[in-house]
Amino acid sequence: MNYIIEMLNITKEFPGIKANDNVTLQLKKGEIHALLGENGAGKSTLMSVLFGLYQPEEGIIKVRGEEVAITNPNDANDLGIGMVHQHFKLVHNFTVAENIVLGYEDTKYGFLEYRDAIKKIKSLSEQYKLKVDVNSLISEISVGMQQRVEILKMLYRDAEILIFDEPTAVLTPQEIEELMHIMRDMTKEGKSIVLITHKLNEIKQVADRCSVLRKGKYIGTVDVANTTVDKMAEMMVGREVSFKVDKEKAKPSDVVLTVDHLSVFNQRINKDVVKDVSFEVKKGEILCIAGIEGNGQTQLIEAITGLTQSSNGRVVLNNQDLSNQSIRDRNVAGVSHIPEDRHKHGLVLDYTLEENLILQSYFTEKFQKNGFLKFDAIHTHAENLIDSFDIRSGKGPSTIARSMSGGNQQKVIVAREIDRDTDLLIAVQPTRGLDVGAIEYIHKQLIAQRDAGKAVLLISLELDEVMNVSDRIIVMYEGETVGEFDPEHVTENELGLYMAGSKRSDH
Amino acid sequence: MTKIQHFLKHNIVGVVTVVSLFLLFFVLPSIFSGSDLLLNVNRLMIILVGLTYIIYKYMMFRQNYPNFKFAESTTLVNVLGSVIAIVIGLIFGLILMFFVSPANAMPGFFTILKGGFNNLKSLGNMIYFSVPIILTGLSVAFAFRTGLFNIGATGQLTMGAFAAVFIGVRGGFLGDIHPLLHWGVAVLGAGIAGGIWGAIPGILKAYRNVNEVVASIMLNYVAMYLNTILITTYIYNVDYARALDIERTSATPTFNLDLLFPTSSVNGGIVVAVIIVIILYVILNKTTFGYELKAVGFNRDASKYAGMNAKRNIVYSMMISGAVAGIAGAMMFLVVGKHLKPENILLQEGFTGIAISLLGLSNPIGVLLAGLFYGSLQQGGYYMQLYDFKPEIIDIIIAVIIYASALALFLQTFVIRRLKAREMTIDAKKVVEQEKEGDK
Repeated sequence: MNYIIEMLNITKEFPGIKANDNVTLQLKKGEIHALLGENGAGKSTLMSVLFGLYQPEEGIIKVRGEEVAITNPNDANDLGIGMVHQHFKLVHNFTVAENIVLGYEDTKYGFLEYRDAIKKIKSLSEQYKLKVDVNSLISEISVGMQQRVEILKMLYRDAEILIFDEPTAVLTPQEIEELMHIMRDMTKEGKSIVLITHKLNEIKQVADRCSVLRKGKYIGTVDVANTTVDKMAEMMVGREVSFKVDKEKAKPSDVVLTVDHLSVFNQRINKDVVKDVSFEVKKGEILCIAGIEGNGQTQLIEAITGLTQSSNGRVVLNNQDLSNQSIRDRNVAGVSHIPEDRHKHGLVLDYTLEENLILQSYFTEKFQKNGFLKFDAIHTHAENLIDSFDIRSGKGPSTIARSMSGGNQQKVIVAREIDRDTDLLIAVQPTRGLDVGAIEYIHKQLIAQRDAGKAVLLISLELDEVMNVSDRIIVMYEGETVGEFDPEHVTENELGLYMAGSKRSDH
Repeated sequence: MTKIQHFLKHNIVGVVTVVSLFLLFFVLPSIFSGSDLLLNVNRLMIILVGLTYIIYKYMMFRQNYPNFKFAESTTLVNVLGSVIAIVIGLIFGLILMFFVSPANAMPGFFTILKGGFNNLKSLGNMIYFSVPIILTGLSVAFAFRTGLFNIGATGQLTMGAFAAVFIGVRGGFLGDIHPLLHWGVAVLGAGIAGGIWGAIPGILKAYRNVNEVVASIMLNYVAMYLNTILITTYIYNVDYARALDIERTSATPTFNLDLLFPTSSVNGGIVVAVIIVIILYVILNKTTFGYELKAVGFNRDASKYAGMNAKRNIVYSMMISGAVAGIAGAMMFLVVGKHLKPENILLQEGFTGIAISLLGLSNPIGVLLAGLFYGSLQQGGYYMQLYDFKPEIIDIIIAVIIYASALALFLQTFVIRRLKAREMTIDAKKVVEQEKEGDK
């Protein structure tokens, strides 16, 4: 067999835990090889070993059939291994060309010399159909284009083997499609690709073979063409997973939240970021606001929850006008909010688990008396929620939130907000960065809340989530609502066109 | 009533300790004052009661947390960082002393180590001198715990000092009612003046987003010059170019501590400092107010999300911080024979407070210990002159300690790296076990 990279029986131990336990990965020349696994399954560790960031306890690495010792990232570069990181490593106030050559600059008499570099970038960009404008600043180009810059950076360094770490997380459906094309073109030119992901559809779409890791162990490698998505999911999670979220038809009743001609003005860029948005959310339904990141969803939710001042319009909850109320008043009136950024808004990371669980209710009779906290009540409350929401942590209620895994941090927020038992639950990207098991769990919770007669407002960038969970969809583009849909009667592609702004319906 | 009984039943050892310490410090010495022997017995008893309580607490702790691993305790790691900083400072001092005078280096060094514990007089002086430092340290630490850096302790201290001295000079009528009333009003006045002075940068920070470091440091100078004007206008003693003498009734009472530490300058300031330590500790750790303040300090966005009034909390926090610094000013100048002077010099105690707060890890109890340690070093420096060293060598040592504790982050990572590996092992094992149980 003609393997370009072989990682044979790799074992990497961290104190107390085997991050990689006898893992084997064989990459053929010219193939796209998916590396599938949940968060914490050991994908990153394996790639870090390949990159020379960690030294394995056991196992050998062969590149082009020869055994090699990779002791640092420079060795990996010299062997032609390049990585496109999930969070781009670009300098925002440098141009595209400057970013690509960064670290590999040509100099002439001590001065930077870009002419040859730009020529090489242009030819690469034509060869692989990676359209970029070499002279624009990174801060001025779209996320999709930034990713292309990252890819070009690797190609510029003559990388033969490219590792893509969760490359589609930040892209629109159309951009994803484009990326898939690019990846296929690259393999035609003889490059080999490792695709790290937990999105099964993409693997099915683009990959040739797929290796699965679970809890550090190597589960197996399959030919993607002969394997169903369900089978791969089962390999990854270790049990059967249902993708179709089971739910009954919604039975919406009374209106809970009315958003009435709401606008938000942003002084810094001197324009309305939310323009005249109106909708209603009823008891017993999940309304989803879909859209590509940065089209005003964040500001819309901030205006509803009070984090941002609206410039126009009203927010009405159960016939009570909240437009000029404080955040605390809105929370008490019945708004639960799972925020978009769990580290910025959702948690005080230096507080313990139990302290975070009372963040929205520490001032109630239940947890304080005459201004003194009731520690016993707080502790019992935390133990109950840990139990019923299955929150896992090292030290129970007194675990510092910072030390918990992302999925469990999110569970803390979900537990806290659902426990408050309010009429309206706002969930902003509640599954961002979580693995399949946790996503399934959170979707179930949202639907359970709906069935319990709550009004749920979901903001999501993931089309799968939008299609599966919601009862009604509104698409936002550039701060406006451009269409309202029933998920039963619309395709993902159609939604994608609305999200990208190429279609709109006046309703 | 049952609640009080319940409390007594469960905290009997603590209550007995507090009551007996109270008697030993403030009541019995005046009864024993005639006899040196009885006073020595009294002093011995204080040490015994204190030690017994500490041992009791430790044993209770072991009993309640039998599985506690010291390596897992972040507090311990932090404390170790401070201790390492102190050791580095002392070693540096020793090296310096070898350069200056090799023969006297070792005896001199032991004098520093002995510090305030040389004799009863130096112990009393150590307590006396450490009071303002402890209070300014508490002031800085409290603001720091709520995410604010109060460099203006000096200015707040100055304003507090003026208010206290002004009341001390002009408030004689209060002393006629009861001497403690005069003193109490003077201290309160100092707290209010310091609080207002602290609130100014707080308000600017909260409502106009002015950096509190810049605002408070500039207010130090405003306070300094304002103080000069106020003294010369209202309470000036032209003959000596200083403020008028305060009335004796407004001087800080000794609460019998002078009997325990004869011939020293000790007064009741330490009682005030300990009470403020307790108050701040309770506010920070037991109340919803403290919960809010810390949340705002740790993560302003999250506190806003939770509906807390971050702006109001910032003002309150700076106000409390300023009030504590103001009281430090009262403790410095409500002493017979000490005078506020219209000099254009920033009072050093405010800045030392920053260092003490750092060394005490911004924890009220830590600050109390760090302040006493500072006082002890100061006394050590005083006795250094016996060995031909300048007392300023102490300042150098303290400066090095401060540098080292500013590098605490580095030192802590050094300690953490040694302990962390073990801690991670324990944590990871727990999670793995939990997941195994979950799988079943």
